[in-house]
This record gives sequence, C-alpha cells and structure tokens, in this order.
Amino acid sequence: MPTVYVNDTPVEIGTGKLNCIQAADRAGVLVPHYCYHEALSVVASCRMCLVEVGERKPDGTVVMQPKVVPGCQTPVKDGTVVVTGEYDKRDPAAEPLNYPADYTKGGKPGERAKKSQADTLEGLLVNHPLDCPVCDKAGECKLQDYSYGYGRSESRMVDDKFAPPNKPHLSSKITLFTDRCIMCTRCVRFTREISGTAELMVSGRGDHEEIDVFPGRPLENKLSGNVVDLCPVGALGSKDFLYKQRVWYLKAAEQVCSRCSTGCSVYVDHNKDIVYRLTARENPQANGHFICDEGRWGYHFANSGERLTRPQVKREGRFQPAPWVQLTPLLKDELADAAKGGGLLAVLSPFLTVEEAFLYATLFKGLSPDARLILGPVPVVGEDDRYPKDVRGNPVEPTTFVIRAEKCPNRRGVEAVLAHFTGSVTPFAEVVRDRPALMWFAGGYPAKEHVEAAFPTDWTASGTVVAQDILPTLLTASAEYVIPATASFEKDGTFVNHAGLAQTFGRATRPPHEARSELQLAFDLLGRRGLVQAAAVRKELAAAIPLFAPLAGDVPKDGVKLGS
Amino acid sequence: MALAESDVKWVDAPKLGFWEQLYLPALVDGVRTTVGHMFGKKLTEQYPEQEPKLPPNYRGVHRLNRDEAGRVKCVACYMCATACPAHCIDIVAAPAPPEWRDREKYPETFVIDELRCIYCGMCEEACPVDAIELTTLYDLTGLSREQMVFDKEKLLSVFDTTTAAGTDPVRTRAGRLSPSSEPPPAR
Repeated sequence: MPTVYVNDTPVEIGTGKLNCIQAADRAGVLVPHYCYHEALSVVASCRMCLVEVGERKPDGTVVMQPKVVPGCQTPVKDGTVVVTGEYDKRDPAAEPLNYPADYTKGGKPGERAKKSQADTLEGLLVNHPLDCPVCDKAGECKLQDYSYGYGRSESRMVDDKFAPPNKPHLSSKITLFTDRCIMCTRCVRFTREISGTAELMVSGRGDHEEIDVFPGRPLENKLSGNVVDLCPVGALGSKDFLYKQRVWYLKAAEQVCSRCSTGCSVYVDHNKDIVYRLTARENPQANGHFICDEGRWGYHFANSGERLTRPQVKREGRFQPAPWVQLTPLLKDELADAAKGGGLLAVLSPFLTVEEAFLYATLFKGLSPDARLILGPVPVVGEDDRYPKDVRGNPVEPTTFVIRAEKCPNRRGVEAVLAHFTGSVTPFAEVVRDRPALMWFAGGYPAKEHVEAAFPTDWTASGTVVAQDILPTLLTASAEYVIPATASFEKDGTFVNHAGLAQTFGRATRPPHEARSELQLAFDLLGRRGLVQAAAVRKELAAAIPLFAPLAGDVPKDGVKLGS
Repeated sequence: MALAESDVKWVDAPKLGFWEQLYLPALVDGVRTTVGHMFGKKLTEQYPEQEPKLPPNYRGVHRLNRDEAGRVKCVACYMCATACPAHCIDIVAAPAPPEWRDREKYPETFVIDELRCIYCGMCEEACPVDAIELTTLYDLTGLSREQMVFDKEKLLSVFDTTTAAGTDPVRTRAGRLSPSSEPPPAR
C-alpha cells in the first residue's frame, strides 16, 4: 500500500491521486490554502500552502528538497515525506523519520514552511484594508483565521495601502470589494470551468491586479452566487445578504434545497427564526460542491409578509381566524362526512416530505378506502439547464451541474407513497374538472404561479375546499378552510430527488407562531398521541413501503439511493 | 444534605461581667462617636440640591458620537451588540449613503434598551471606531418603558447635550477604522 509521511505520521493513500494538501488532510493536518479548491483547477498562486517535501527511500533514508513547494501543486506518491509548518504539533506517537543532517541546517523540520506561510500572509495583507468590523465575511474569513493561526501580529507596512475602488456593477446580485481581494482567482476559475460562461477575468499586473468583468458583460449566470461561497475573503459579497447579519449570529442547519428536483444539499443559515442565506453543502451524490442561484436566493418566500400564518375559516363569505381547538374537530367532521359519501379527494403536493405524504395518505385512506389520492401540480419551468456552458450559452459535455426544469423537491417520493396506497399515480390535471364533495389540497408551494398555473382560468370551487398553502393563491381565495403550510426550512423530513436519492434533513427555523406542521395536523386528525417526530414516522414508512426500507435506520449524511 | 452533628460547633454567648452590666461605658463610647461627627468633616451630600461631580470614567447613559461632519461615527459592525452581556443593543445595518465616500456601512437604526442595560461598559470597550461612549449622566428617568428605549436620534442628542454642556468631552481618539489598519507610529 502506498504510504505518505505527513509530519512523520504514515498515511496510506491507496490508489488515489492526491496532492500534499489532500494527503495531509487524511493525516488530520490542515495545510492552509486560499486558491486551491477541490472542484477547481490548481494554479498555486496564493502560496499559502507551502510545505517541505522529500522522499523516504525503501532503505529508510530520507532525502528532502532544498526549497519549500506549494502543497496543492505537488502530487504525492509512495514514500513522499511532507513536513508542514505544524511539524512541532505532530502526533507524539509517530516515530520520527531519519531526516538528513544537512536538511534543517541547525533549525527544526517545518520551520522553513512556517516562516514561508507567515511571509506569504504578510504579503497578502500588504494591501488588504483590514476593515474587518464592516466586512461581511468577518467571522468566517480565511484571511482572519490564517492570520490568527500563522501570521504576524502586527504590520510592518508604512506606506499607504493601494485601495482600488469597489465594483458594485460586477453583477446585479454580487458586489466586489476590490481592495479586500487577495487574487486567489477561485472566482475566475469557477466561471471558466464550472459555469463555463467566463465572465470574470484578471486585469492589470502585479500590485494592480484586479478581478473584473468584460465591459458590458456582467456576471449574470445561474450559478454566479457560488463565487461568493468560493471567495475565501470578503471581496465578493452577495447583495442579497450584504449587511443583513453578522455571520457569528447565524446558525447553520443542514437541509435540502426545495426549489428543483436536483435536491442540492445546502446549509440554511438562520437566526431568530429568520432564514438569512443558503450556502452550498458538499454532497457528491446530489450537487457536488455548488448550488444554483434560484435555490440560493429562493428562500424569500419563507420570510414573506404575504404568508398565510394562521388557520382561517370562511364564514358568510369572509375569512375569519379560527383557533386550532375549534378547527380540528370541524375538519374531522367535514372529512368524515365527505368520506361517507365517497367524495373525498386529497391532493398531495410534491413539496411535502415523504413522511407527511405517508401520514396524510394513511389518514385519508383510513377514513375511506374510496378516497382518491392525487399528486399535486408538478411545476415545470422551461427545460433542464445544463452546465458548463460555452461563452455563447450552449451546454458543453460532460455535464457537471443541472438545474432541473421540475421545480419541486419530492415528486418521486410522493409518487412512491401514492403508488403504495392507490396502485397508480394520478396527476392533478386529470381531476381538476372533477367536482368532489371535499378537496383537501395539501400544498406548500413556494410560489403562487406553481398552483395557479394548474387551474384553468374558468375554474370554480365545488363542494368544500381545504387549502393548505404557504402563500395566498386563487385556490385559497375560493377555499372554505385555509390552513397555513410550513416551508421546507421549518420541517424535518425526507425528500427524494430526480434520481431517487433520499436525503433526510432537520428543521432550521420554527414555523409561524399559529401555524402547525403538516405532520402535527395529520397526527391531530388521526387522533394519535405523543410527540410528533419525523424519524418515528419514517420508521413506520420504511416498514410499510419496501422502497423506503433503507430509511429505517440512520440515513447517511449524503443520502441514500432508493431502489438500487 | 442534612448537617452531621460532628460538623456543628456550639458557641455560648460570653457572660457579662460587672463592668459590662453597668452599660455606662458603652453609652459613653456611643456619645463620643456622635459628638465627634458633629465637629468633623461634613460627608453628607445635599442631593438633589447639589449635584455630585462624577469622575469622567463614570458609566452612565450611552451616547453615539458624531464625526467632524456631524454624521454618526458608528459603522454598524455589531461589536457592541456582540459584546453586550445584557443583549440590550439592537442595530440594523445598511449600505452607507453614496455621498459618504469613506464608509460602506452605517447603522440605519441603533437602539439601546436603557432598562435592560447593566452599564458594564463592554460596548465602549468593543467599539473599533470609538462611536459609543458612556457618559456621566446618571439620573435617567422615564414615565414608561418605551421612553427608556433610546433610538439613534436620542443617542445622538445625548452626544450633543453632553458635549455642549462640557460635562463629557469626547475622550477617545477620533477613531479611524481600527488601530490595526493604521501604520505603526514612526520610530
């Protein structure tokens, strides 16, 4: 087995093609870096990852290179010796290698790497404005972290700093604080390699290097928000998040994006029950390292002032708020009446989690075996958007990122539940002209158009309509009962993406004060007692439907492929 | 946990002797203290007729300092709100008006709940631009809780009144962004 020695600790690298940073990572040693990113090409321009390397010969002698080398650009092979600046914090249990006498020249191993890192940082900070108090990145800034860990405590710079003007015109969504940039060019490489649209470039030379766009071609592509995540310092800022919160107030919840059927893994950063931003969470099975802008900035519906926040009942043509204690028995009676007459139609939207869909299906089928379960309107907008693209906007093979046309997270999951209960899946379009005695519309759509597009313009309500949704729509206006739905940030559950990858996630924020989660409502209507726990329902679901059997235990962080 | 008998130590009151039983020595001792104070230095402060002179580092009502152009000096960095142990500071930041060329960020609102505040001075300590200071105003009163929630205008008006009255001159350096962003002193 090929073995690499990182600060004397032997690491087996298997057949992987690794560089020094990755090999050190396997040994639990952090090699600080700015320009290196796993998903991007290597340029070795920041010089932060300088390490000392050498080779351990089969006879045990060690030969070291006389210069420090960038770790990101240096591949490792069997016998490679990597000495980082953290050598003095190495694992004491590791047996020291037999370093040659002329290697350290009287010093200690790792001292040169350490000094190189400190010098690099000093160079990066020469023109950095150090305006951390007003910088949005402060608190999650790699320049702060590494300066603290590896840098000098004070600056020797006596001249005026070079402060080029900011570039808010870079994009409608992104602004550039030019003076904070350390020229790692991650953003430039992202637009060239991942989105392929190549809007960003480096202009100028040396001290006067700047990130810029070509005249008249702003950074407008559907993956542009990722450059904000990629920026290791506070140079690129999202205008949407700019000055909204300091990052140390934010709590990150691991969630799944609900805006298309790719089901990207995201962090939902929230504070005091308000979602402030979404950032990409690495998941090789779903989205890789990045997310699209529709998902990233598509959380505003949850904070919308228009949201339905309390249950309402129509009395004499006007909506009146109804407390849950009165509403739940009312709904129970309505459901029982409709079930008796065989006119119960339940629409389960593809925005429900599989747990919610399962519990609702159990509820309605339990009331009457004749109850019809329908898959709610599946919003489809345009066609799948494939990346990378070329500069003219045509997709280029091989595809690395797809923004799906199907703008819902869980069609496959809900379909699987419906197929289990009814044998087949009926799309909503087939029943929209039916006139059931009671239609229960379990929505949760983040956009009004999703719902309204599914109803013909001359549609009128027949019988009783129970509409459960996030935003007021034409349907909620003609409903008898309007129940607030919860956004995906506000629930625990599981989504199954377009490829059958089931990802579980936990709640980030709490739903509006008077809203009840779909699971809680289903519990109440089923007359179940005890704590409402998505995990318990998931176990029940896994036992009932064979396809979901892999969800019975703990689901891995990256999700689990169903039906494989 | 109940006390163990072995942990208890019983003490008897000392027995009074003949001299103590007379009470006269104690009486004389008390009268001597009283009379001594009648002719000694007067310590009583005649508040509110006479107001005390407080040291300049007294921690009273907050103020928000203005810069030379009369703008609020605060850059809305939330350091004070983060440092505040009572969570009494609420800031809403916004991009600075475009005509403020030296700033990117300013506080749209800046609210301190003076009732929640414990006057510890951490906010002053944390401020990187010396924008928030505690003044020597100590007699803070209000007729309602709402009156005791000071907004930006009120905090700036505290600056105006205290500097005009000369009770609290701006005692901190006219802050640029932070000491670390400035060149080291010339050797």
